[in-house]
Amino acid sequence: MGLTLAEKILSRRLKRDVHAGDIVVADVDMATVQDGTGLLTFDMIRELMGRDMVKYPNRAMLVLDHMGPAARPEYSNMHKRLREFAAATGAILEDVGSGISHLLLAEKYVKPGDIVVGADSHTSTAAGLGAFATGMGSTDVAIAMALGKTWFRVPETIRFVLKGKLQPGVYSKDIILHIIGRIGEDGAAYKAMEYAGDTVPTLSMDARFTITSMAQEAGAKLGLFPSDEQTRAFLKRQGREKDWQPLAADPDASYEQTLEIDVGRLEPLVCVPHTPGNVKPISEVAREKIHVDQVFLGTCTNGRLEDLRVAAGILKGKHVAPGTRFLIYPGSRGVYQQALAEGLVQTFVEAGAVFGSPACGPCPGWQFGLLGDGEVCLATQNRNFKGRLGNPKSFVYLSSPAVAAASAVAGKIVDPRSSL
Amino acid sequence: MAIRGVAWKFGDYISTDLIAPGRYAHLRSDLPKLAEHVLEDADANFAPATLKKDKTYIVVAGRNFGQGSSREHAARIIKLAGVPVVLAKSYARIFYRNAFNIGMPALTLDTDRIAQGDELEVDLKRSLVRDVTKGQEFRVGAIPETMLAILEGGGIVEFVRKHGDLVFKGAGRS
Ligand code: SF4
Repeated sequence: MGLTLAEKILSRRLKRDVHAGDIVVADVDMATVQDGTGLLTFDMIRELMGRDMVKYPNRAMLVLDHMGPAARPEYSNMHKRLREFAAATGAILEDVGSGISHLLLAEKYVKPGDIVVGADSHTSTAAGLGAFATGMGSTDVAIAMALGKTWFRVPETIRFVLKGKLQPGVYSKDIILHIIGRIGEDGAAYKAMEYAGDTVPTLSMDARFTITSMAQEAGAKLGLFPSDEQTRAFLKRQGREKDWQPLAADPDASYEQTLEIDVGRLEPLVCVPHTPGNVKPISEVAREKIHVDQVFLGTCTNGRLEDLRVAAGILKGKHVAPGTRFLIYPGSRGVYQQALAEGLVQTFVEAGAVFGSPACGPCPGWQFGLLGDGEVCLATQNRNFKGRLGNPKSFVYLSSPAVAAASAVAGKIVDPRSSL
Repeated sequence: MAIRGVAWKFGDYISTDLIAPGRYAHLRSDLPKLAEHVLEDADANFAPATLKKDKTYIVVAGRNFGQGSSREHAARIIKLAGVPVVLAKSYARIFYRNAFNIGMPALTLDTDRIAQGDELEVDLKRSLVRDVTKGQEFRVGAIPETMLAILEGGGIVEFVRKHGDLVFKGAGRS
């Protein structure tokens, strides 16, 4: 029996064929924590091993992305502990200003075929490279860091066959929102999502990471793309072409289900409060003329260069509407530098946007741009749960960067296709 | 031995943002303090009641309980508030593993059959929930073998300590 992409990666590591339902213990190539989950991980490492330690320092990474620069002294104290742990163990430290763990993993560390775990639910983002990358709790990651391995149940796979070409103004964000709206927030619970079809070779890595970052919002363990020429080109741009290898599912792999999507027929989509499964077409949402107090562009879902380029294209020569604030947080230092070099930052600042340093920004609801009572934010992030932007009395909508930028200019949620 | 408690009902799709709200992220290094806000945005009366400890409450929820972020703090503060077991129609993947890792069973069951305030007895060995108020017994969904091993081992850290390694019967090793 052939292997799905998820089965293939685990099988290669185990040097024998494993299939959905099997329980495996596998070495991990990288285990990460962020500033909100790291301390609990370190407590558990101490409980297990009696001291601060990691088995392989070059396979453990701590990223200060959610709470930096610190808005509260408690955050600074947590950061102190993270830095101390890195100094004591030799683990990789990505300090404040480096960017979001998921972008850093993709840019600098993860190779096709790798096994990656992180104490952050969007760790699946790196699965866009054809890696087995998934989120776990702090204690599971403590074990992965201390022992260099973890256990998995090999997941069943749902295959999504993407066909056709996206219309102008429609992006990979709309593909994943369509999928979540269609199968539901637990529609892929415990499973792998695997992408195939003639659209796949046309999707850049930036576009793919948007899709894989939101596997969690469909309940999945991870969302995988094959490793192909796009993957190779991306790794080459990162100066890591030697890390590339082709990787695809076997043609006779066995899938729990196959769903086809004609992406050419999609229109821009918006998630309305308070869950990411609440997906509506832009035509319907725009009719309501929803005023936006804040628009937020960034995150592990849409904080990459192509996202900023789309937004800058819409903002060029225009201005953010009075009564609306537009916050932009690049996802990594690399993205920031490239945005500077291309003049995108200039465009944003001239248009009246607030441009921050690489971080999660307001996404976790811990600092930077939290909402007031009754306020509305349109964000390019991945979830809009009640209270997500720091206030249970506020309202968060989710969309692509194009819808976000056009709406920032209009001061209300609008269809971006008229401003392209 | 049966676990006893009173049902406190929650709806479908309770996210970790509702269980451990982001605005209390600064309390993550002080879990007992964070527990004072457990499930606050889902039901503000829950934390004050559980923490009084005159009664033991059992969280009884709908679909995909614990969806959203990986924050293990969510599972931990439910346990810290004195909740011995969670019952739900289904769980989000990371929450499910977190719960067993810290020694808190998360059982699946059609929870529509249980009402707010029902007195419950949960018998893990026999996979049964007895609703004393209604005088009915419900069978819970089977706990996967690995989860059972972790639970019986006293949580994943104890489990690894006891075995000296991360090993499961029948699991391969790379
Ligand atoms: S950007 Fe948002 S979703 Fe992504 S890691 Fe940061 S807080 Fe989590």
